[in-house]
Amino acid sequence: MVSPYLGHLLVFTAFPVVFSLLLTFFKWNIIGPMEWNGLGNWERIFSDRLFWKAILNTFKFLAIHIPLQIIVALLLAEVLNQKIFMRGFFRAAFFMPFVISGVVVTILWQQLLGYESGVINRILVSLGLGKVGWLIDPRVAMVSIAIMATWKNVGLYVILFLVGLQTVPKQYYEAADLEGASHWQKFFNITIPMINPTIFMVIVLSTIGGFSLFIEPYILTGGGPLNSTLSAVLYIYKQAFEYYHMGYSATLGVFFAMLVMLVVVMQKKFVERDV
Amino acid sequence: MKAIKKIVVYLVLTLAALSFIYPFIWMIMASLSPEKDIGSLILFPSQLTMDNYEMMVAKIPIWRALFNSLFVSAINTGFSLIFASMVGYALSRMEFKIRDLIFFILIFTMSLPFQITLIPNYVLMVKLGWIDTYLSLTVPFMINAFGIIMFRQAFKGLPQALIDAARIDGCGELRIIFRILWPNIKPTIITVAILAFMASWNEVLWPLIVIRDEQLMTLPQLVTLFSVGGRAESQLGVKLAAAVFLGAPIIIAYLIFQKHFIQSMASSGLKD
Repeated sequence: MVSPYLGHLLVFTAFPVVFSLLLTFFKWNIIGPMEWNGLGNWERIFSDRLFWKAILNTFKFLAIHIPLQIIVALLLAEVLNQKIFMRGFFRAAFFMPFVISGVVVTILWQQLLGYESGVINRILVSLGLGKVGWLIDPRVAMVSIAIMATWKNVGLYVILFLVGLQTVPKQYYEAADLEGASHWQKFFNITIPMINPTIFMVIVLSTIGGFSLFIEPYILTGGGPLNSTLSAVLYIYKQAFEYYHMGYSATLGVFFAMLVMLVVVMQKKFVERDV
Repeated sequence: MKAIKKIVVYLVLTLAALSFIYPFIWMIMASLSPEKDIGSLILFPSQLTMDNYEMMVAKIPIWRALFNSLFVSAINTGFSLIFASMVGYALSRMEFKIRDLIFFILIFTMSLPFQITLIPNYVLMVKLGWIDTYLSLTVPFMINAFGIIMFRQAFKGLPQALIDAARIDGCGELRIIFRILWPNIKPTIITVAILAFMASWNEVLWPLIVIRDEQLMTLPQLVTLFSVGGRAESQLGVKLAAAVFLGAPIIIAYLIFQKHFIQSMASSGLKD
């Protein structure tokens, strides 16, 4: 019963993990023979400024994307968590971009964010404001991608928060009402602590999702301008499939995967202490 | 005061809904517009034209890509359902020595970031000679850990009497799973099917790596390469037409099965 699974696991997970670790000690362009490189790949990571830039870019993306996502999703969930006319319609509308391929969303936003003829800049100009180099200004490009990713994914988190909000016992709010608590007091003193597990889940899910950022910069900017949107996965991809540095790329993959796991474990520790 | 609050609530909701829906409507209208009209905000162009779609069909094998994507996603969904049911059943209803170990490995592999296996899996495809074949797009995705967990959970909730009765009637284990138990866990089957299908349908990085033959490319891959390559000749309309073509099947499915989509895809977050 489980043998197909074990076979599959062995070939497509266990072997690749072991082979990946092995590859980190070799130079290999996949065509020629593998060349022993000792710790060369690992040393190279630490002097590879472009890789660290890519890591930094990825963290920058997360630093904008996660808080934005939580705030917008919580706001929309809070508004939806009452008797609302056409509630199902709103829920479905918010969720729609999440279902649709990131490729569609990215091509769409490419047109919205264009400098000369982009829809958003046209709106800004018609309001008498200046144009913004959404995708061509190195200081702004990653912010644009983070906003786009939030727009795409926020519907999922609205649903998760809605589920979380419905688990908060009504008596708590009733008791607070008797004490004369304001809406914001109730929100910060009851809602937020009660849905802490959901917030944690949202943070972890969007962290893991954010670390795999690839197709958005691949289509929108190719990692530019000035490598400002080069994400870690995009860099790993380029090392392997543009320069054919299989050993080095595998090393970057292993290093980055460890970093991802470390961050998620740290988030877990931090939250568990907090609760 | 109450009335003002109501107005604010609906204003927020309407603005939010517009910001999620309007861009898609704009995209569809823009893809049907002559090139000069794109970029304006108006929804109704001076004339409707299929030029962009005709040009797209002439330039890239988009119908073939649609077939490839449907074929690959259907295969992956089918096999995921079968294998995940079998493993989920074994983990919840059968006694054997390494059961707990397997469950532990399952959870461990789920938390393993994909970046670690990306390169070696590509090498594996090269060595197996699976580059530019359907095999590389399907075989690695025929079993997914999340589906196993979902089925394990669902089978655990069924009464043992159901299985005992089937055994007395002389049913084999496979027959028990697919004939006796499956009809009782339809919501789980729908959830796993939607998740497996969507994961396969939306995947771009992997096809970009293992498929170079244009005839075998998946739809999102072909549209991506069309969009970043020079072949759209910086004509916005054609790019948007390709994006609409890629989005349409899922948008239509979503409009019909919206409840199932939301339940399934949200549960992928909740079960973690």
